[in-house]
Amino acid sequence: MTAAIRIEGLVKEYAGPPPVRALGGVDLEVMKGEVFGLLGPNGAGKTTTVGVCTTRVLPTAGRATVEGIDVVADPPRLRRSIGVVSQYNTLDRACTVRENLYYHCRYFGMTGAESAARADELLAQFQLTDRARSLPTQLSGGLAQRVQVARAIAHRPAVLFLDEPTAGLDPQSRLALWDLIEGMRDRGITVLLTTHYMDEADRLSDRVAIIDAGRVLVCDTPAALKRQVGAETVLELKLAGNADGLAETLARIPGVREAVPAEGGIRVMAASGEGLLPRVVEAAAPHGLRDVAVSEPTLETVFIQLTGKALRD
Amino acid sequence: MTEPRRQYARAFGGLMLRDTRVLVRNFAPFVTRTVMNPLLSVFVFAYVFPKIGQGMRGGGASGANFATILVPGLIAVAMVFQGIAAVALPLSMELGATREIEDRVLAPIPNWLVAVEKIVFGGIQGVVAGLAVFPLVYLVPATPVDVHVESWPLLIVVIALASLASGALGLALGTIVRPQHIGLMFAIVVVPMTFLGCVYYPWAALGPIRWLQIGVLVNPLVYMSEGLRAALTPGLPHMPAALFLLALTLAVLALSFAGVVAFRRRTID
Repeated sequence: MTAAIRIEGLVKEYAGPPPVRALGGVDLEVMKGEVFGLLGPNGAGKTTTVGVCTTRVLPTAGRATVEGIDVVADPPRLRRSIGVVSQYNTLDRACTVRENLYYHCRYFGMTGAESAARADELLAQFQLTDRARSLPTQLSGGLAQRVQVARAIAHRPAVLFLDEPTAGLDPQSRLALWDLIEGMRDRGITVLLTTHYMDEADRLSDRVAIIDAGRVLVCDTPAALKRQVGAETVLELKLAGNADGLAETLARIPGVREAVPAEGGIRVMAASGEGLLPRVVEAAAPHGLRDVAVSEPTLETVFIQLTGKALRD
Repeated sequence: MTEPRRQYARAFGGLMLRDTRVLVRNFAPFVTRTVMNPLLSVFVFAYVFPKIGQGMRGGGASGANFATILVPGLIAVAMVFQGIAAVALPLSMELGATREIEDRVLAPIPNWLVAVEKIVFGGIQGVVAGLAVFPLVYLVPATPVDVHVESWPLLIVVIALASLASGALGLALGTIVRPQHIGLMFAIVVVPMTFLGCVYYPWAALGPIRWLQIGVLVNPLVYMSEGLRAALTPGLPHMPAALFLLALTLAVLALSFAGVVAFRRRTID
């Protein structure tokens, strides 16, 4: 497999005030045809990374190529190979849904007839035909996002960038958009998706890079990342009292790999949940145990293990 | 044309088509905002005032009537207003809260050409506005208006430069002024520009107030008014052609440069 996106030592500093180091040396390689998730909390550097790859942010240092084209050297040429859906609704408010698609095609050099045909094809494909004459201000968030995806792929780009595509969407629109993104994979379009929803990254991505404070912490398939946690069961204990000495007590229970203080209590990583719960509850009861949540490791667990903090603060 | 250039030309054409479509859709508001100011100005100053005997004379020794003085000035104001209403106001919004400029910034065309398209299209709207205003300022006044074109090439060059200057001014203001300060921009840029733009009086008539006559030379509207005066009402006192052509050219270059740089700064981090 060859790389569709290659990012090497990418640094971005904003002069400020205050000066901000948004990217502190990011390295990434996204293969052709894969759906790649960039997972991290707000402010981690996801949007800046996408901004550099889509010619809207100039890197301070480092290099990025998309489809072999350097993003700084020839932005107009690069833009022919990429489609971009940003986290905001950037639809042209002065134009109808159909015109948004039509003029986008014109910008990319299609003739009037080609643009009209492509716009109608996309309207049908994205089930937007009955909205063709609506103005963007009349669309719900989910519909607007669908139009943005249609517009982004109108010129048949090889790589599609989706920056927080489901932020602020209702659950139903979110699922509908997930289906669309999975459709991109089937069409062979490379997708770079940024998100702070771990379930979104898990469900859609072939590989995930976890990013925090402008650095990539790990990069692998979601399954491999979760295996890396080294536990099959995660117990989140919420305590009303203090946790003094409890972590050490819990760590001595057979099967427990690790017990660490967490927000409002203790997090226990264990090999298996079998017969474990009663012993944990018994040990924690004197500390004012008021809630136990049992789950399998998620990408959020991976993030917490790497950074000691939750994805959504 | 080489392949990239052909692609740039197509993208540029697409941007122009998009703006044309939006203009056609909003034609009624476009005409309204274009004709309202000149219509009322010419109605009050050149129809009502003469009728009620309240004279306004700015012609100085030339003895020209006020209506004739107003014709080139009001056309120039209409063009400048286009630059602001057609370029600066929408651009300020598209760059600000809605970020809807993004799809055009991501078109396969150099960033500066997206900005230049705004200047060119704003200029075209300026020409249309000037043409729409001409019949009004010609027909409404109660006293006859003395307009004749001595040199068509001069008129065409002046209109071209004045409209480009308006478009460039619109780009510069729309990119440099933050959306929340747009209201303030009218107070500190547009209103003084209009009142001190030699719209209601020829520049030569400012002779008795020498400091003002020198001071208004920073105002590009002065050269538009004077240029149109030289082209449409050559009987009135006006600046030498070399002076206003040079000044208009410099204004186009300086405002375009400032606008293109600011546009880039607003669209690329």
